Amino acid sequence: MEPTLASYLALSGILFTIGCVGVIFKRNAIGMFMCIELMLNAVNLTFVAFSRYYADTTGQLFVFMVMSVAAAEAAVGLGIIIAFYRNRLSVDVDDASMMKN
Amino acid sequence: MVGTALFFLFAGLAIACAISMVYHRNPLYSAISLVGVFISLSCIYVTLAAPFIAAVQILIYAGAIMVLVVFVIMLLNLEEDRPMQRLRYLWALGGGLGVLLLGQTFFIFWAVMRAPQQAVDPNTTAGKTMDIGRAMYTEYLLPVEIVGILLLMAIIGSVILARRLAQPQLELVVDREEERRNLDDEE
Repeated sequence: MEPTLASYLALSGILFTIGCVGVIFKRNAIGMFMCIELMLNAVNLTFVAFSRYYADTTGQLFVFMVMSVAAAEAAVGLGIIIAFYRNRLSVDVDDASMMKN
Repeated sequence: MVGTALFFLFAGLAIACAISMVYHRNPLYSAISLVGVFISLSCIYVTLAAPFIAAVQILIYAGAIMVLVVFVIMLLNLEEDRPMQRLRYLWALGGGLGVLLLGQTFFIFWAVMRAPQQAVDPNTTAGKTMDIGRAMYTEYLLPVEIVGILLLMAIIGSVILARRLAQPQLELVVDREEERRNLDDEE
């Protein structure tokens, strides 16, 4: 069985599911961040697979855009994590409850 | 079939690395597993005739973003993730969401398998680096410019966020936190 469009979509769906469940189960802000990167990668895989099977370059172009946004997100997200660590000496998201009271 | 063997090899590797990333409590092990996912996905992009995306995947994700993440993990000197203390309903929520998304995945697989198969045109030039470059600087010039502005904003924002503020009360917060921890330890 040659891999078809459906196989790539299934792989992408499984990776997205793992990332999504990981975001809920992880307590560590950096762990959650890495799970979000995994979800972005799963979506990139669908873009590339559709671009291949419909012979259209646009999909790959938007993968490039998603990667740029992921890089921007990495820079800002890790800056926020460092600022949070400086205030609470922890990157545990359960400690981020300053605004609750 | 070489293509099938390669797909299943790299798909299995990607899923195994992804599960290992979620499973490990040590953030450094998670980061290394995530690099494994990125490299397997990059190999899958090569089999999908997208060499530019494969190279950029290695350069940006495995190179730039993961180096930044590992750098932050080392800088903050994180201890291992403590066991879950959150409310029980999160287990139900996470499990339910996982089952729902997996069901959706299998539904998509079934629906696409049933649809008439799209044969790949062997003479297609889509995905060649030259085509991507031409599309990027003609048809999609505006999105590329917007991405440039976004990256500039991200650089400025992260510099402002990560800068040590000259506010004395910030140090007080840290001191208070340390006091609270010492009290907790004594109890």
